[in-house]
Amino acid sequence: MANTGSSFAKPGVVVGQPFWLLAELTYRCPLQCPYCSNPVDFAKQGTELTTDEWIDVFRQARDMGAAQLGFSGGEPLVRQDLAQLIKASRDMGYYTNLITSGIGLTEKRIAEFAEAGLDHIQISFQAADEEVNNMLAGSRKAFAHKLEMARAVKAHGYPMVLNFVTHRHNIDSIDRIIELCIELEADFVELATCQFYGWAELNRAGLLPTKAQLERAERITSEWREKLEAQGHPCKLIFVTPDYYEERPKACMNGWGNLFLDITPDGTALPCHSARQLPVQFPNVRDASLKHIWYESFGFNRFRGYDWMPEPCRSCDEKEKDFGGCRCQAFMLTGNAENADPVCGKSEHHGIILAAREEAEMAALGMDQLQYRNEKASRIIAKV
Amino acid sequence: MTVALHQTPVFRRGYRFQFEPAQDAHVLLYPEGMIKLNGSAAEILKQVDGQRDVAAIIAALEAQFPGFPTLKDDVVEFIEVACGKHWIELR
Repeated sequence: MANTGSSFAKPGVVVGQPFWLLAELTYRCPLQCPYCSNPVDFAKQGTELTTDEWIDVFRQARDMGAAQLGFSGGEPLVRQDLAQLIKASRDMGYYTNLITSGIGLTEKRIAEFAEAGLDHIQISFQAADEEVNNMLAGSRKAFAHKLEMARAVKAHGYPMVLNFVTHRHNIDSIDRIIELCIELEADFVELATCQFYGWAELNRAGLLPTKAQLERAERITSEWREKLEAQGHPCKLIFVTPDYYEERPKACMNGWGNLFLDITPDGTALPCHSARQLPVQFPNVRDASLKHIWYESFGFNRFRGYDWMPEPCRSCDEKEKDFGGCRCQAFMLTGNAENADPVCGKSEHHGIILAAREEAEMAALGMDQLQYRNEKASRIIAKV
Repeated sequence: MTVALHQTPVFRRGYRFQFEPAQDAHVLLYPEGMIKLNGSAAEILKQVDGQRDVAAIIAALEAQFPGFPTLKDDVVEFIEVACGKHWIELR
C-alpha cells in the first residue's frame, strides 16, 4: 500500500511496538449505555471495513509485534463475519479477546467461536441488580440473558473476565457485584469506575460517585481480595479508580502511540479509543500501511516525546512518569489538548475537577436524567 | 503451596505459552495481558504438556542441562511460584 505523505517521526524518540490492537468492528449496538466511550457522533461515521480489510490490518499489526487483539465495538457480535475474523487472527498467533455485552451471544455462537480458536470472552454488566442493569442498558431482557451467557462461556471452557462499569448508581452494590462474579466463576473481575469520555462525559454529573462511595467500594474490594487470597482462589479483582479523585494524572495509554493501537469501524487508526474528538488529523488504514501510520503519521507522532508540552508539564520532573496525563481529557476540559490534564494538582485548570467533585456531593443527577446512547440522540447531539 | 513430584502441571485455561518473534522471547499470554519469560522459565514451561509430572520434567531438564546441582530445587521453586500466580495448575 502507498505510504503517501511525509514522515512526522521525531528524531531521538523511542517508539514502542503496538502490542495491543483493538478492533472496534462496528458502532452498531443493541444497548444504550449512558457511559459508552464511543464518540457522540458515531452515527455519522463512514462505512465499516470489510472482512478482508480487517484481516489485512491484523496481518500488518502482527508483523509489527501486536500480540493481544480485542474485538470490540459497539457490539462486535453484530458482525456476521466474527468467527472468520477470530479464526484468521488466531492462526496468526494472536491472543484473541471478545469484548461483548453478551447480547446477541448464543450457545451456538460460543461453540463456533471456540472452534475458531477464540481465547477469552469478556462480558460487561451494567449492574448486579436486574432492574438497574436493564434500565442502564436500555433493555428489558439484558440481565437474565447475560447471566445465562456467562454460565455458557464457562461451560465451554473459556477463561472469563466480567466487567462492571461502576458509577454513583451502582457502586454501593459492589459487595453484591463481586459475589455475583464469584458465583459465575469469573477468572478476572474488572470493577472500573466510569471514565469520562464520549457519552460518559455528557453524563458526568449523573455518574461520578462521591468520595465516600468510592472509598467504601475500595475497602470492600480489598476485603474480598484478602478473603480470596486466603482461600487460594484464582479469581482476581481489578479495581479502577476514576482519575477525578486523584491529584496526579494517569499515564494515559502508557504514552501516546506507544503500546496501543485502535482501529475504528471505518478504518481510522487512533492511539486511544477517544482520540477521535481531538483536533488532530488521524490516518486511515484504507489510505496508508499500518507501519507508516504507527511510525510516521502526523497523528501518531503528535504527542510523542516531550517537545510539545507547555508549562507546568515542560519543566515537571514527573513528565516521564505520566506524560502530562490524558490528551483527550485536557482537550475536553480546557479546550487545548497540549495542556496538562486538569486532574493534576499543578494544572491551573484543576478547579474544574474540584468543581466536579463538589457537584457529585451536592447536585448530582438521577438515573432518569441520563442521556442514553442511541442513534437518534447521536444525530441530535452531534449536529453542529 | 507445596509441589509433589508425582503431580502433573498443566497451563490454566486461557493461559497460552508461545514464542513471540517481536519480543525475541517466550511469553505467557492471558486475557488482555502478557508475561515475558526469561530463558530458564521458558525451558521449564516448554516441558509442561499435561502428560509429564514434575519428576519427569526435572529428569528431562537434567538430561538437557547437565551439571546444575540446584536444578531440581529451582524447578520446584518455579512451579510453586507459577502455581501461586495461577499460571499453571497441578493435577
